[in-house]
Amino acid sequence: MSPTAAKWRSALARVTTVDKETHDTFTLSLEPADGQTLETFAPGQFSMLYVFGVSELPISISGDPQEDGRLTYTVRSVGRATQALVSRQPGQTLRVRSPFGRPWPLEAARGKDVLIVAGGIGLAPLRSVIYHVLRHREDYVRLMVLYGARSPTDLLYRKQLAQWARLPDTQILTTVDYGGTSWRGQVGVVTTLFRHLRLHSAQTVAFICGPEIMMRYVTRQLAARGLPESQIYLSMERNMKCAVGFCGRCQLGPYFVCKDGPIFSYEEMRPWLDRHEL
Amino acid sequence: MEMSQSAIGTLAVLELSALAQLIPTLQRRGYQVLGPTLRDGAVIYDTLEKLEDLPIGWSDEQQAGQYRLKKREDGKLFGYALGPQSWKGYLYPPEVRLCTFERQGDSFRASDEPAAPLKQAFLGVRACELAAIRILDRVLLADRYVDKVYQGRREGVFIVAVNCTGASATCFCSSMQTGPKVEGGFDLALTELSSPQRHVFVAEVGSGAGAEMLAELEHRQPLPEELQQAQAAVEATAAQMGRRLDTTELRRLLYGNFEHPEWDQVAARCLSCANCTMVCPTCFCTTVEDVTDVRGQHAERRRKWDSCFTESFSYIHGGSVRMSIKSRYRQWLTHKLASWVDQFGTFGCVGCGRCITWCPARIDITEEVEAIRGNHRSHSGQGEGSDGNQSVD
Amino acid sequence: METKALIDLLREHPFLEGFKPPHIQKMAEMAHEVQFGRDQMIFREGDECGLFYLILSGRIALEVSAPGRIMRVHTVGPGEELGWSSLLMGDAKHFQARTLEPVRALALDGARLRQTCEQDHGFGYLLMLQLVRIVAQRLHATRLQLLDIYAPRGVKLI
Repeated sequence: MSPTAAKWRSALARVTTVDKETHDTFTLSLEPADGQTLETFAPGQFSMLYVFGVSELPISISGDPQEDGRLTYTVRSVGRATQALVSRQPGQTLRVRSPFGRPWPLEAARGKDVLIVAGGIGLAPLRSVIYHVLRHREDYVRLMVLYGARSPTDLLYRKQLAQWARLPDTQILTTVDYGGTSWRGQVGVVTTLFRHLRLHSAQTVAFICGPEIMMRYVTRQLAARGLPESQIYLSMERNMKCAVGFCGRCQLGPYFVCKDGPIFSYEEMRPWLDRHEL
Repeated sequence: MEMSQSAIGTLAVLELSALAQLIPTLQRRGYQVLGPTLRDGAVIYDTLEKLEDLPIGWSDEQQAGQYRLKKREDGKLFGYALGPQSWKGYLYPPEVRLCTFERQGDSFRASDEPAAPLKQAFLGVRACELAAIRILDRVLLADRYVDKVYQGRREGVFIVAVNCTGASATCFCSSMQTGPKVEGGFDLALTELSSPQRHVFVAEVGSGAGAEMLAELEHRQPLPEELQQAQAAVEATAAQMGRRLDTTELRRLLYGNFEHPEWDQVAARCLSCANCTMVCPTCFCTTVEDVTDVRGQHAERRRKWDSCFTESFSYIHGGSVRMSIKSRYRQWLTHKLASWVDQFGTFGCVGCGRCITWCPARIDITEEVEAIRGNHRSHSGQGEGSDGNQSVD
Repeated sequence: METKALIDLLREHPFLEGFKPPHIQKMAEMAHEVQFGRDQMIFREGDECGLFYLILSGRIALEVSAPGRIMRVHTVGPGEELGWSSLLMGDAKHFQARTLEPVRALALDGARLRQTCEQDHGFGYLLMLQLVRIVAQRLHATRLQLLDIYAPRGVKLI
C-alpha cells in the first residue's frame, strides 16, 4: 500500500469555482480556507466532503495531483447530500478530510501503454491519471482513453478530451448508449470501442472505472484479449461513512474498499466481482 | 511492596472479606468500577459501588433464544456465565459525539471532540471477553488507522479477569481456543473457590498495576490444594461446553459455499433484528449521523453502533448491495468466521454464545456452520436429521 | 475493382478471419466496392435490400424513425459488418442505415452468398459461424445498452 494512503488531514476549504458539466454533474474546485492546508493526493484517492449540517460524502478527487494546494471534484447529484454539494456557491466553505484509499498503481504502468476505460461519472477519478500521464509523458508509451456515457449531453470534459485527442500517441474514443441525431459519433456500449484499438496486451496496463456492471464486462473482455489480470485495475465503490476502515460498511468480501481499495487489481477482485449480493 | 515485572504470574489467595476491599481501593485510585449486577431479569454491566452490587448467588440458564436467571444454592459472586452485554460498550460506546460545527458568517468552524481519557476498571472479565478485547485492539488500534475514542478509553482500563468455573449451554470458547482459562491481557485474574467451609479467590497477577493492587489487599500464599481446586474447576468448565464449533478449514468452507442452500434456510428464520450484532463482543460496525439545531447554527456529528443486518447498511445510489436477508446473514457469518481471518489474522468469534442465546429465532451459529458442512443438527428443533427425518426438540 | 485487390481487402477484414484462400476467392467473385457520401441512406426500413456490407472506412448509424423523431440505436464502423440479415432469407430491413461520414465498403450479394453456402457446406459453416458470432456480440451489447447503467436512479446496480 502507498505510504501516502495512511496520512490524512482535516481542513476547511473554500469553493472557488463550480462548473456545470452536464444537467446533473458539476465540478467543484476548492482551495484552503483560513490559512489551513489541503493535503496532496495520488490519482484514485478520495476525500470525505462535508457540507454544514448535511452528511459527509466520499468523493473521488478528479483534479491534477500536481496542482498544489487545490482540490477538484466532479460530483453527480443523485440525492440530498450530493445535491447539497453541487449547489455550493463560490466563497462557501466545506470541510475536507483527505486523502484516503489506495491509488492507481502508476508505477506499475511505467514503460507500458496506458489504457483508460471509463463509464459515466467514472471518468472523474481517471482524469487525475490522464493529468499524471501527460505530465510524465516520457514514462509511458501510448495513452488510450475509451469513454462511454449515457448520451451526448452526459459526456464530461468534452473540451479537454478534444484537446488531448490531438496529442501524439494519444487515442481518445467516446461512445454513447443513446445518441440523438446531432451526434455523429459512435453509439453502443463502451466495449464496442475495443475493436478500434490495436492492443499490445502484454504491454498494456488498464485502469477501469464506471458502474459495476460495466466494469465486469470490460474486465472480462480485456482478459479475453490477453491482458494479464495483474495488469487490469478497477475502482470499486461501496457505502462509506468513516473512510478509515471502522464503520464496516464498505466491506466487499474480505476487503475494506476505503482502505484496501478503492483501486484493486482484477486479480484481487475477480473471485468477488461475479458474486451476487456480496 | 515494590512493583516489579517479576511479580507477573504471582499467585495469591484472597478471602471474600479481602476482595470486598477491591472496589473501594480501585475507587480511591480514581477508577470507575464497572461490573456485573442484576437488572431487568439479567446480569448486566453497570457501575459498582460495593461488592454487594454483584449478582451474588445467582446463575443463568441459557439456550438458543432463551435466558433465565436461576438462584444458586451458594453465594458465589461469579456463578453466572454471561449476560447480554459485553465490555465493548465501555471501550467503543454505542453513541459518541465525534465533532461539532458552528456557523460563522459564510463559513463554519469545526471542532473535533477530544477523546475523553477515562479510568475504568472492569471487574469480572471472562476469558472469551478478554479475547474479544484483544480482537478489538487488533481492529481499532493495530490496523492502518487508530480509533481515538477506543484508544482513549482502552489505555486507562484496569482489568480484573475471572476464570469461569461453569459454562452455559451456549458457550463454545473451547472450540475457538479463547477459554475458559484466562491467558494474559489482564491486571488481576481471579478463580472463585466456594464451599460451605470457605469462600476464597485464587488471584494471579498479570501486570505491574495488578501487583500494586494486590499489595493493597490482604492476601496470603495459596495452599497446594487450593491451586489444584482452581485448576480442576477450570478444566471441568472446559469439558462442560454446551456447544462446539468445528473450525477445521472454516475459512475455505465458507468462501467456497456462497450459494449453499443453507443460507436460504436460515434466511427463512432470520428476522434481521440485529440482536446478534448488538450482543456480540467483537462486532464493530457503526453509522454516522449529522444533525443540526433548529436555527441551523450548530451541527454535530455522532457515531452510533450499527449492524450489517440493516437494509440501508450497504446502500449505494440506486439500492442496497445486500437486499435480501439471506445475503445479510451470509455476510455476518462469513465476516465473523472467514473474512475476519484475512482482515485481522484471527476469527472474529470468541465462542461466547451470546448470539445464540439472544436470537429470537433461535438461530445457532454452531449449527449453521455444521449445516454448511452438510451435517444437520437438531438443537433448535427446526432442522432435519441427516437421515431425512424431522427432529423434534 | 480487380479481383486481386478485392481479395486483399477481404483478407484484411476481421469478418473473414479464419477463412481459407479458396473461400476468399469465391467471395471476391461476389463482391464489389461501393462508396457513399455523408448522410446517405444505404437502406431504409422495409427495404428488401439484398446486400451484405463489409465496412472499410467511415461510420454508419442504424436508426429507427418514429413520428417526430429519429432514434439511433447503434453505429458500425471500419472492420464491422452491415446488413447481416441479407444472409437470411426473406428478411426485410428493420432499421435504416445512414452514413455519418463518407463510407467505403465491400458489398456482397446476399442471395449469391446463400447459394454458395448451399453448394459448399464447408464454406457455409464458416460463414454462418462467423455470422452467429457477430449477432451474439450485438445481442450482448444491446442487452447492456438496455440496462441503462448510467441512469441516475431506480436501477439496482447488482
